[in-house]
Amino acid sequence: MSRHRVKAVGYDDDDFEDDDGYVSPDPEEQEFLQQCTASVQAELRAGQPAVTATTQEIHDALWHYYNDIEKSVNYLRGKKEKELKKTQAPAAQKNKGQMGLLVPGFPAPIPDDSNISVTEFFRDCPWLNVPAHRKADILIQPLYPRLGLLGGAPEAGGKMSKLAALAAARKKKESEKSTGIPETPSTPRPSERAEGQTPKPSDTPLSLSERLAASKLSKTSESSGGLRRLGKACTSTSSPARRPSAPVPSKSPVHAEPERDSEPAEQKAAEAAPEPEQVVPSIRAPPSTFASVILGSTAGPTVAEPSHVKSTNVDILEIYGQQHAEPFDFTGPSPDDVVMNAQSTAKGFKAKPSTSKTAGGQKGQADIAGGMKDLSVEEKVTVKSKNLDVLAEYGKSTRKKSANFVVIGHVDAGKSTLMGRLLADQGAIDRRTLDKYKIEAEKIGKGSFALAWVLDQGSEERARGVTIDIATNKFETENTSFTIVDAPGHRDFVPNMIAGASQADFAVLVIDSSVGKFESGLKGQTKEHALLVRSMGVQKIIVAVNKMDAVQWDIERFQEIEQQISAFLTTAGFQPKNISFVPCSGVLGDNITRRSEDPKSAWYQGRTLIEELETSERFTHALDKPLRMTIGDVFRGGVQTPLSISGRLDSGSLQMGDQILIMPSGESALVRSVEVDGEPSDWAVAGQNVVLNLANIDPIHLRSGDVVCRASAPIKTTTTFTTKVLAFEHLMPMQVDVHRGRLHVPGRISKLVASLDKASGATLKKRPKVVAPGTVARVEVELDQAVPLEAPTRVVLRAGGEYSGRGFIGIKFPCMKRAILHQRQGVKTCRFVVGSLFIRSKSSMLNMMEKRKRL
Amino acid sequence: MRLIKNKIEHGGSGEVTLCPEEPEDMWHAYNLIRPGDLLRASAIRRVTTVQDTGSTSSARVHLNLVIRVKNLDFDPQSSQLHVSGQIINETAHTKIGQFHTLDLELNRNFTLEKEVGADGEGVGWDSVAVEQLKDAVDEGGKRRAEAVAVVMQEGLAHICFIGQFQTIMKQKVEMSVPRKRQGGGDHDKGMNKFYRVTLETLLRQMDFNTSITSGTNTDGVRPVLLASPGFVAAGFHKYIQSEAATTTPGLKRLLPSIVVVHSASGYLNSLSEVLQSPAVKTLLADTKYARETKLMDDFLDQLRKETNKATYGPREVESAVDQGAVGRGGGVLLVSNKLFRSQDVAERKRWVSLVDRVRDVEGGEVRVLSSDHESGKRLEGLGGIAALLTFPVVDEDLDSDAEN
Repeated sequence: MSRHRVKAVGYDDDDFEDDDGYVSPDPEEQEFLQQCTASVQAELRAGQPAVTATTQEIHDALWHYYNDIEKSVNYLRGKKEKELKKTQAPAAQKNKGQMGLLVPGFPAPIPDDSNISVTEFFRDCPWLNVPAHRKADILIQPLYPRLGLLGGAPEAGGKMSKLAALAAARKKKESEKSTGIPETPSTPRPSERAEGQTPKPSDTPLSLSERLAASKLSKTSESSGGLRRLGKACTSTSSPARRPSAPVPSKSPVHAEPERDSEPAEQKAAEAAPEPEQVVPSIRAPPSTFASVILGSTAGPTVAEPSHVKSTNVDILEIYGQQHAEPFDFTGPSPDDVVMNAQSTAKGFKAKPSTSKTAGGQKGQADIAGGMKDLSVEEKVTVKSKNLDVLAEYGKSTRKKSANFVVIGHVDAGKSTLMGRLLADQGAIDRRTLDKYKIEAEKIGKGSFALAWVLDQGSEERARGVTIDIATNKFETENTSFTIVDAPGHRDFVPNMIAGASQADFAVLVIDSSVGKFESGLKGQTKEHALLVRSMGVQKIIVAVNKMDAVQWDIERFQEIEQQISAFLTTAGFQPKNISFVPCSGVLGDNITRRSEDPKSAWYQGRTLIEELETSERFTHALDKPLRMTIGDVFRGGVQTPLSISGRLDSGSLQMGDQILIMPSGESALVRSVEVDGEPSDWAVAGQNVVLNLANIDPIHLRSGDVVCRASAPIKTTTTFTTKVLAFEHLMPMQVDVHRGRLHVPGRISKLVASLDKASGATLKKRPKVVAPGTVARVEVELDQAVPLEAPTRVVLRAGGEYSGRGFIGIKFPCMKRAILHQRQGVKTCRFVVGSLFIRSKSSMLNMMEKRKRL
Repeated sequence: MRLIKNKIEHGGSGEVTLCPEEPEDMWHAYNLIRPGDLLRASAIRRVTTVQDTGSTSSARVHLNLVIRVKNLDFDPQSSQLHVSGQIINETAHTKIGQFHTLDLELNRNFTLEKEVGADGEGVGWDSVAVEQLKDAVDEGGKRRAEAVAVVMQEGLAHICFIGQFQTIMKQKVEMSVPRKRQGGGDHDKGMNKFYRVTLETLLRQMDFNTSITSGTNTDGVRPVLLASPGFVAAGFHKYIQSEAATTTPGLKRLLPSIVVVHSASGYLNSLSEVLQSPAVKTLLADTKYARETKLMDDFLDQLRKETNKATYGPREVESAVDQGAVGRGGGVLLVSNKLFRSQDVAERKRWVSLVDRVRDVEGGEVRVLSSDHESGKRLEGLGGIAALLTFPVVDEDLDSDAEN
C-alpha cells in the first residue's frame, strides 16, 4: 500500500513538472553547464592523481553543488580515487560512501527553493528598496546544521553508524524516485543573506509535493542512487523542483575563491544586458494599501529601480525576465495585470495613479484608520477606577439626609396630582413647564390632570389619564432631599407598583375622601397597596386624605376615614406610631406645603404633608454587605452613554471603573460612570437611586429584574425555594407570579409544606390542602426559570385574575434559611423540609438522617 | 384522525389502523401509543451493504416495519412524534431486534396493536384507551377551529395556539423596552418596535398571507385573542389597525377576527383568565377546553370554600372513592392524561381501574384533562388527580408521615 502511494506521488510530481513548462532545457543553462563541465574536467585531470569522470557524473556533481566547480571537483576526485582503490565493487563502495553522508541524524533534507525568496516575496514593499550602500551584511545562521553533501564538501559530516548504513542499503533497492534535495549552503552566501534570503525553503507551487517527498525521503532513507538518478534527470530537464538551483551563473553560491572573480563579472554582464529592456515598474504590483499607509504612497511604485538590480546580488528572475523558465511568482501581479499595467502605462496613464495616490495619501490614511476602527468587533473601554474607599467617602460626604418614598393608593385617588403639586410648590418644576402642561391638558379636555403630567410623562399615560409605570422625581427641603416614586394605582400595574415600593423607605398612602370613592378604594388597591408595602418592609406610612375640598373639609368624613384606615393598617402590621394622617387637597395645594386657607379646614392644626415627610428619620442601609442592585430599567442614555441601567442599590457600594457581574446572565460589565439622583458621582452606596453607564457588555444580557453584583460575591440563581408566607388569599398548589422589585417571573406553588402558627411559628398542620387567608404557611415555590434570589429577601406571590378578576396576594416573609438548606442538600433535604421537622441547621438535619438510617 | 380499520377484540387485544390528518392528531397518537405496543408504519431506513471487496454503499429504502415500542418522543411545537423500539418483523433489509425510530407522518396510515399479555404484561385496549381513541377519531366532527392567543405585557409576548386538546406555545417574544423616564425617553419607540416584532412573529406563526391578492376571504382566519394587563393589547390592536390602513392592507382580513381581552399578566398562566372572559366564551363556546377550565374553577372554588367537598392528590382521591364520595349526584373525577402515559403498567392499571370504578360502579363523572392545556397544568400542580365530592370528606392526615 505504502509503496503504491509513493509511486502515485511520484507520478503526480511528474505530471506537475510536465505541466509546468520547465521541461525543455534552457539553451543558456546548457551552455553554462558545458563551461562548468569543461572546467571540472580540466581540474580533475590536472589534480594529483589525475582522474576522469564522465560528463554525466560531472553534471550531477555540479548540480548538487550548485555549479560550484571546486566542490564538484573535490567530490569527484574523492569518488574516483575510491573507485580506483576498490575496483572490485566500485558501485557498492560509492554508494556506501555517499550513504554515510546522506543519512546523518538530521531531519529531512530540505529542498532549497530559493527562487521565491524573501526578497521576492516582499518585492512590492518599499521598505526593502534600501540602497545598496546602506545595506549591512547580515549573516543568518542556517536553521539546520550544514549537511555534508555527498562527501564532496571539505567539512563533510562524520561517519555514519552501521545501523544507518544497513538501513540505507536496504532502502536503496526500493528507492525509485525522490524529489527531495538536500539543502546545501555549504558556506554562507553573504550576498544572498544580505538581501534577506534565508536558506529555508520558501513556498512555491510545488512545495507541498516536495515536502511530502522530502519526508518520504527521510523516512525511507533514499539511497544516493535515487538521488543521482534524480539529479541527472534534473540537469537534463531542469525540473521545477530544481528550479532554484538550475545551473545558472547568478545562482551559484559565491565563494571566496579565485573563480569568484570571473563569476561576478559574468553576472554583471548578464545583468547589464537585460536590464534596459525590462519594463520593470510596469510589472510591479502597486503597493498594498497597508504598505502605502505605513510608508507613504510615494515610496513604492515610483522608485524606478528594483532592489535586486541595485543590490549586489543578482536575481536570476530579473536577468531572465519574462522568459518561460521563470517560475510564476504568485505574490506578484498576475499576467493579466501585467498586461493591463503595461497598456495603461503605454497610454500615458501611468503618472496619474501615482500622483493621485500621493494627493489622496492623507485622506486614504484617514479612511483606512476609520475602516480599521469599524472592523474591530468590540471596542474595549477601560475606565480607570479611582480606587476610592467608598464607605470612607460616604462618611465624609456632607450630603443632606435623603429619603425615598413611594406614593400608593387606589387608582384616581390623586397620587400623581398630589405629587405634581408638591413638586410645583417646592419649586422643583418651573412655572413655565407647568403652564405648558396646563394648556396641553386643557386641549385634550383633561385640564385637571395638568399637575399629574409632571410625573405622567408617557404619551399613553397622558392620553388615558392614568399612571402606568412608576416615575421618580426629586425635590429638596432645607435638610432632606426626597425622591418621589409615584406608583400606578390601577390593578393591572401592580407589578410596577411593587417595583416602585421596593425602592422606598416609607410610603405615602393617598386616599380619595370623596363619597363612594373611599369605599371602593378600600376594597381595591388601597388595601392591596398597603399590604404590599408593608410586606416589603416599609414601616412608616403617611396617609394623605386627599380631595378634602370635594367633601367641604368635613371633619367627620376625615375621622371616619382615619378610623377605618388606621384599624386596617394596624392589622396589616403597621405600628400606630408610624401612621399619620393629613387631610389635604392636591388640586388646590391645601395642607401640602402650605396650610389651608379655607376657613372650613380650620379644625386641622396638625402638620402639613411636607412637614410630615420631614419627620422621617435617616434610614440605614447595608453598606458593608456585598453589592446588590436590582435593575429597574435598561435604556440608552445618550450618545456618550449608549447603555445605562437604573435602579436602587439594595446593599453594598460601587464606584466608577468597577467591574460588575449581571445575574442571571453571568456577564460582566464595566461601570463607565455613575449618576446618583441624576448627578454625576464617583461612587454610590446602598439606598441611593443610581444610573450606571455601562461598557463592555451586550444589552441583550441586561433585563430589568436582573441583579448587579460582584464576581467576588455573586448572587446565586435558583429555581425553587421554600418560604414562609402570610396568605391574603387561599393558597393551594397553583400558579403564581413571583415578584421581587422589578423581578417578575411566573412560577407555581408546588407544595404546601405546613401551616404555621402566626405568633410562634409552630407547625399547626402538615401538608394542608389549602391555606386560608390570614394564616401563615410554609410553601415551596418552583420557578420556570432560574432567577437571582437569595436569603434574606422578601418576595411577593401574586396569583392574578382568577375569574373575579381581583388579584390576590400572598405575602411573604423571608425565604432564607430554608431556601438555602434546600439548595445545599438537594432532593433529600427537600423531603425533610417538607416534613417540616423544624430542622434548623445542616448539622441537625444530618443527625436526623443518621437516626433514620439506624432505624 | 381517520379510523381506517378497527379490530379490537373483546378481551381488549386487537389493532386499529389510523390515519392522522392534522397536527393535533399526533398528540392523540402520542397518548394512544404506549411502550410495549406494536406499531406498524412505513419507514425510510438507510441500509448499508458491504460488498465482498470491502467497499460499502448505503441506500435509503422504504420499508414497512413493525416495532415494539420502547419510547415515545413528542415535540408539541412542531407536532412530531418519534416512536422508537425494536423491529419485530423481518424484511430484506433489517433484522429482527434491530432498533428503529419511526417518525409518524400526516396522512400516512399506521397500525397500532395492543395486546393483553397472559402474565398481565400489556393492558390492551382498556376503557381509557378506547375513550382516547374516540376522542382522537372525533366521529361527531365537533371539532372547532382553534384560536390563536397572544398573551402580552410590556416587552413580553407569548404566542400560542389553542386547540381542542392542547395549547401549544409557539413562540415567545421578549424584548427590553425602555421604561418611561423623566423627559421622555424611548418608551414609545421601544413599544412600537415591540409591536412590530410581535406582529411579524404572529403572522409568521399563523402563516398569514398579507398580500393584497389573497382577497377578502376571511375563511381560514382563526380567531386571534390579544390579552394583556393594562393597555398593551389595545395598543397592539391599534398598531395592527394602523398597519392595515397604511402599509399592509392585507391585514384587513385579520382585523375582524381580533378580540382584545384582559389578562392579569403576560405569562401563560393567565391564559385561563383569557379563556374565561365573556368575549372569548362566545367565540369558543363549548369547546372541550372551556368545559375543562370551568371544571377546574369549580373545583378550586370548592377547595377555597373549605367545604371539604373537594380533594386532590392520588391517595386522598382514592380514599374518597373508597368512601363512595365520588358517585352519582355530582361526583366528578378529574384526571390528567399524563397519568395514563406512565411507563409503568401497574401505575396505568391503577388509574384505569379507578376511572372505571367511578364511571361504572359509582356512577360519577370522569373527565380526563389534557395535560397540554392550561387547566390540565393546574391539575398537574395538584398531583394530576382531583375530585369533586358528593359529600364532605374529612381528610385524616393519612399520609404526611408515609412520605418521609
